[in-house]
Amino acid sequence: MAIQSIGEYPIIMKDSVDKFHGNQLVFIYWHGHRVVCSPRAFPLPPDIPFGALISDIIPLTYKIEPDFKDLDFDKTEVIWEIDGKVVTPDFSKSLKDNGVGHKSFITFITPSLIGKVGA
Amino acid sequence: MSVEPRKKRLNKKDAYKYMTRLGWDPTYQKEEDVFPFLEMEGLKIHDWEAWEDPFRMTMDSYWKLQAEKDKKLYSIIDAFAQNNAQKNISDARYVNALKLFLTGVTPLEYKVVQGFSHAARAFRGEGASIACQMQAIDELRHFQTQVHTMSHYNKYFDGFHDYSTMHDRVWYLSVPKSFGDDASTAGPFEYLTAISFSFEFVLTSLLFVPFMSGAAYNGDMATVTFGFSAQSDESRHMTLGLSAIKFMLEQDAGNVEIVQKWMDKWLWRGYRMLGLVAMMMDYMLPNSPTSWGEAVELYIEQNCMALYKDLEKYGIKLPTDLINTIVAEKGHLSHQVWNIFYNHTNAAAFHTWMPDEEKMNWLSSKYPDTFDKYYRPMFERYTALEKNGERFYSEVLPLVCQTCQIPLGFTDVEGGNPHVYTHETSEYNGEIFHTCSKGCKHIFEAQPEKYIQAWLPPHQIFQGNCGGATIPEVLKWYKIEHGVDNLDYVGSPDEAMWNKLKNK
Repeated sequence: MAIQSIGEYPIIMKDSVDKFHGNQLVFIYWHGHRVVCSPRAFPLPPDIPFGALISDIIPLTYKIEPDFKDLDFDKTEVIWEIDGKVVTPDFSKSLKDNGVGHKSFITFITPSLIGKVGA
Repeated sequence: MSVEPRKKRLNKKDAYKYMTRLGWDPTYQKEEDVFPFLEMEGLKIHDWEAWEDPFRMTMDSYWKLQAEKDKKLYSIIDAFAQNNAQKNISDARYVNALKLFLTGVTPLEYKVVQGFSHAARAFRGEGASIACQMQAIDELRHFQTQVHTMSHYNKYFDGFHDYSTMHDRVWYLSVPKSFGDDASTAGPFEYLTAISFSFEFVLTSLLFVPFMSGAAYNGDMATVTFGFSAQSDESRHMTLGLSAIKFMLEQDAGNVEIVQKWMDKWLWRGYRMLGLVAMMMDYMLPNSPTSWGEAVELYIEQNCMALYKDLEKYGIKLPTDLINTIVAEKGHLSHQVWNIFYNHTNAAAFHTWMPDEEKMNWLSSKYPDTFDKYYRPMFERYTALEKNGERFYSEVLPLVCQTCQIPLGFTDVEGGNPHVYTHETSEYNGEIFHTCSKGCKHIFEAQPEKYIQAWLPPHQIFQGNCGGATIPEVLKWYKIEHGVDNLDYVGSPDEAMWNKLKNK
């Protein structure tokens, strides 16, 4: 069922990276955590360090999760995935240098913190 | 002077024929120029005359019938207003279901006027065109009666003031809006499959029955009345849906495969959109006549299966994968959607709230396998946070599905991971696209050229097309008044108004 049309059908890339004023879209998901109701979307400059995710973006997003108070990126075991591939990010290097592209989906899995939902 | 004897009236059959068979064969234009959409979708029609119009209604009887229904409806609406019947509803929380209906469903009724008018023009057969024209006029009436009925609530409660702008702009309303746009930008045969068959025939009971019985259970007689007033139209629309499907399937064996794809696509599109109805049934109605889970059992597991079985003789197969997912999700769907809206009520045109103990117990009894285990602890914690003045609102935006445009908040129940969100990806033209489910991924990949154009609200905000980068700026552009139309029901002007109406 390819697209059907009585004329030429234009290809409109509604969310191509050039439309985001120098940012790229990045999606973040703390695996197994359901208080935050879905993975989250951010427009981020590709040059910011990966570490900004753990210092700014993740706390802003996930501080509501009961597990958050036990999440310590220096101590907690964290498995990072970028677009489905397990990686070891270099926090001091940029998102781009860590392989985060436009519309990349970053998952972090914490085997010891699996998504408490109650008090 | 001789007086001509008055001619005998035509019998009904002839009258129908003369009043509806108004087409002609073009002679100085090519047929494919006059009807450019007929062959676009690959469907073959050999005999348009085989289209059965099950109602054989003519405009004179149509106007009479509809006028009668309108007269009854408007006298009840007047009585409702004069008796201040807004005081008789179960609770002002109920009114939020109407806000969702007015902003989400009512503009779709209007969209369908355009869709059926287009289908009527596109078809070659007069029987098909007449049926589509009638339905277009019906839908216009439904749109009007809904707006008129609900306008009474606009005098007392917030969030009703600009439903058409909201429909075009507000993030969760892009779910029904994109559904309507997807259907109306398809060819006329797919349109009929999408709206007449999948929506009106297969799924409409899941929308209208819960809304109207919900209205009755919560003392909203005005809404019950517009439901009744639309009901006889709806049964005509359902019959049109079934006769349209049978017509397409009977005309050519090659049509079966095409129609099957559309049926599968629109069953899934419709089901995803009805997630909004699921949360309405289980959470927004203070008195719930039935749960979403029970409705799925009745309308999907029984009625929908039987319907597909009826079509087996044409070679139509039950989309087992989709049905299995719908059935697997039935114990989770409404809770997950309510959590999505609880997270984002700061950007919604209606209120949410945490259910009280009685409602939680009702949910436990309706969802014995899921509610206490997965949702009650989360919701009790929300309640505790509220008591400390820390009501949770999300400060960040969701990733939404490229196809259905709902945040990716559905979990992998079928795969045995009810705490993990499902997520699918596709690639097209060098870019990644994210979908919420196999059903939505499949729809995307069948026609990526279409879905890459999706106006996804979070992305549009980031691109700077929605009034600004902050939540207050976006709310202003949405025409949502902060602190009035949005946020929790507790502490809202709606709650204050309700207490005043009830002299509490």
